[in-house]
Amino acid sequence: MIAHAIFFYVFSIIAVVSAIMVTASKNTVHSVFFLILDFISISCLFIMIGAEFLGMIMLIVYVGAVAVLFLFVVMMLNVAQQKNQWFISKDSSKHIPIGLLISIIIFFELIIVIGGWKYKPELFNSENQNIINSVSNTHSLGQVLYTDYIHIFQISGMILLVAMIGAIVLTFRQREGVKKQSYIKQISRERAEGVEVLEVASNKGVKIDD
Amino acid sequence: MEYLNIVFQEIYKILFLLIPVLVSVAMIVWLDRRVWAFVQKRQGPNVVGPFGLLQSLADALKYIFKEIIIPASSNKVIFILAPIITMTLAMIAWAVIPFGEDQVLANINVGILYIFAVSSLGVYGIIMGGWASNSKYPFLGSIRSAAQMVSYEVSIGIIIINVLLCVGSLNLSDIVIAQKNMWFIIPLFPMFVIFFISALAETNRPPFDLPEAEAELVAGYQTEYSGMMYAMFWLGEYANILLMCALGSILFLGGWLSPIDLYPFNLIPGAIWLIFKILLLFILFALVKAIVPRYRYDQLMRLGWKIFLPLSLTYVVLTASYLFYFNLLPTN
Repeated sequence: MIAHAIFFYVFSIIAVVSAIMVTASKNTVHSVFFLILDFISISCLFIMIGAEFLGMIMLIVYVGAVAVLFLFVVMMLNVAQQKNQWFISKDSSKHIPIGLLISIIIFFELIIVIGGWKYKPELFNSENQNIINSVSNTHSLGQVLYTDYIHIFQISGMILLVAMIGAIVLTFRQREGVKKQSYIKQISRERAEGVEVLEVASNKGVKIDD
Repeated sequence: MEYLNIVFQEIYKILFLLIPVLVSVAMIVWLDRRVWAFVQKRQGPNVVGPFGLLQSLADALKYIFKEIIIPASSNKVIFILAPIITMTLAMIAWAVIPFGEDQVLANINVGILYIFAVSSLGVYGIIMGGWASNSKYPFLGSIRSAAQMVSYEVSIGIIIINVLLCVGSLNLSDIVIAQKNMWFIIPLFPMFVIFFISALAETNRPPFDLPEAEAELVAGYQTEYSGMMYAMFWLGEYANILLMCALGSILFLGGWLSPIDLYPFNLIPGAIWLIFKILLLFILFALVKAIVPRYRYDQLMRLGWKIFLPLSLTYVVLTASYLFYFNLLPTN
């Protein structure tokens, strides 16, 4: 039990410190690396409370895919140029009130939820969600996900699909005069149409590509 | 005192697994080069030791004595962390590979997800190495590999779903035991082929070694590395290849099970069978490296997203409907 507590505190301290470092570090790429560290330590915490499926999915989805794309985008920016600018220049101050407002709202939301959960636990009726303790984590998730919560699950999938298609539609543009390779054309080329024997007059040359 | 005993026992077990893995990585490099040479009608490494078996040892010695050069404009912490992460991730995934009925370091419930998660983290070593080098070729290589590995993970994940539908458990030992009557390579043969090709792409092996394409990018993300740090990248890469071979043999070739459950084959321990299957898959990897030319980058992406993803998704639907229609869905 002591070992459990020690591991819990180690992981949660790493999670909190790296969450602070995400916002505090001046290099954007470092911020993303701290975000990844945060994800990993939170998935360790998930595994510690016995939600091993959730922990692994967190690792696969957030660390393995989402954070890679973050890193991909952030690395493309010119980091050396971006560094420090927001922290030194004077006009950064107009961002601070908005940030403060949002963080205060989140803080009060957390207080309401945690306070309610602590002093009025009957408001959050978690008993009648039929979670069976005898089977493993993955099984019990599977049993409720496609039965009780099928609509919510499908709707969230649809929302993600719509977001994906929307992003593609917004950024897709057809440009004129771009040379494209069509693999079907490349594969289906025959010798007869690909090779042409020409009589070249001396000192005249031939025009190959039009 | 008792606690310390447990710790020492576990450390002993871990070393008993890791040291053979590291030694076999060295041997496998030799095998790779020999197969490569055999296909091209060359000799390959045959000077150091019998049949050149100690060539990798000589190479390792050379790497250890070389100077480690850290570029002045690099991001030093991340530059040093990158090879360490690559190698650590390649090592820790071996914890859940079962070598026999109960010969497994950590028999966890979500073993296959664990391996999948660790192999999807593998991309970080490459990205960090490429970015921290602060140089053009490594950066291009790491950008390429990030896109490549993320795309091929998708199809590997869906192939794993195919197998899981037939097993009904995420535990690797259960997956092997479910193949007692028939290896999954027979009903899921197309998936095995796609898994093999995706594994080539996932481990950056030729013909998908775009991240380190030497004709365009010098050596990709490894360009700025030298000495032991380069060797660690290299060790991690080969350990990952071995891991993918092990995963392939567990998912499709029946893991530690013998091909036929008859008298002389029964006597051979399961671990030997698993190693034999891993070697078989690895020789296939090496043959592909020798035979196939490198893919172009857009062809690679097209193969991953437009061919493998729809094919494996269709196969999931087929498998699920077959199992459902004939009432074969595993229940436990």
